[in-house]
Amino acid sequence: MHFTDREWWTLIHGMGFGSLFLLGFAGGLAGLYSLRAQWVTPAGIAERVHRLKIGVVAMAIAAWGTVITGTWIVYPWYRDPALDSPRSSLLGDAATKDWHHFGMEWKEHVAWLSPILATVAAFIVVYYGVNLIRHDRVRRTAMTLFVVSFLFAIIAGAFGAFITKVAPVI
Amino acid sequence: MRTVEDTTRPETGSPGIDFPDKPEGPVVAAVLAGGIGCLALGVFTTLAEASSSIKDWLNWKDAVGPLAGKTGMAVIVWLIAWVALHLFYRDKPFETRRALVIALVLIGLGALGTFPTFFQAFASE
Repeated sequence: MHFTDREWWTLIHGMGFGSLFLLGFAGGLAGLYSLRAQWVTPAGIAERVHRLKIGVVAMAIAAWGTVITGTWIVYPWYRDPALDSPRSSLLGDAATKDWHHFGMEWKEHVAWLSPILATVAAFIVVYYGVNLIRHDRVRRTAMTLFVVSFLFAIIAGAFGAFITKVAPVI
Repeated sequence: MRTVEDTTRPETGSPGIDFPDKPEGPVVAAVLAGGIGCLALGVFTTLAEASSSIKDWLNWKDAVGPLAGKTGMAVIVWLIAWVALHLFYRDKPFETRRALVIALVLIGLGALGTFPTFFQAFASE
């Protein structure tokens, strides 16, 4: 019972960085949504914002970790010209070739939108800090980018999971 | 875009909360640069499909293929745009709402450029 190096890297890519990003989203969104003056005591704001800063920065790092390991470590194994690579396997069967032509082609590109937007959202939270509680439009801007970043990650993550089921990197 | 008189006013009631305020300019710069970075990815993805010479130029590493150059160039464009916009907006009090609308349009166009049905329509022979 063991994993190959390639399986370890796919785990780090998807279940490590990817899951950290997706799981952290719920906490980050709840933190941003509830950061309102009428719901938080002045004493609690600094502590809550400190936690929020750590959370969104960790999410941005996880997003970068996901796309960097995915593109530079896992993807070369996927697109290896060998006949038994996942890409060759998918393209070798008319019933599965669209998993590459549509699924993988979209996933490999759209995933990179996520860390860019997560970084912008993290910058807003770190830069504005406690002032987010006074500027509702800035808080809403950060939340919007946070959600859009998550949606792109969901698209990429879902196709990654489906393609791994059809043609795993082994 | 609005002026400082509009933007430094707290928008929510904040009794007992007294923190020094910050200009929104750096936030505007980051938001717009994010949109530009997303648009850049869509543009490079579509250009690589439309032109084999651009695709070859973006092939920074054979094992990764042109995806290396497309994503690398998008990140470079994003960071350069962020630095330039930050220098321009850092002391300016422009508001984020309009910047967000512009960025969402750019993000939408960028996402469209990464959509296979769209960029494959530009495929060169």
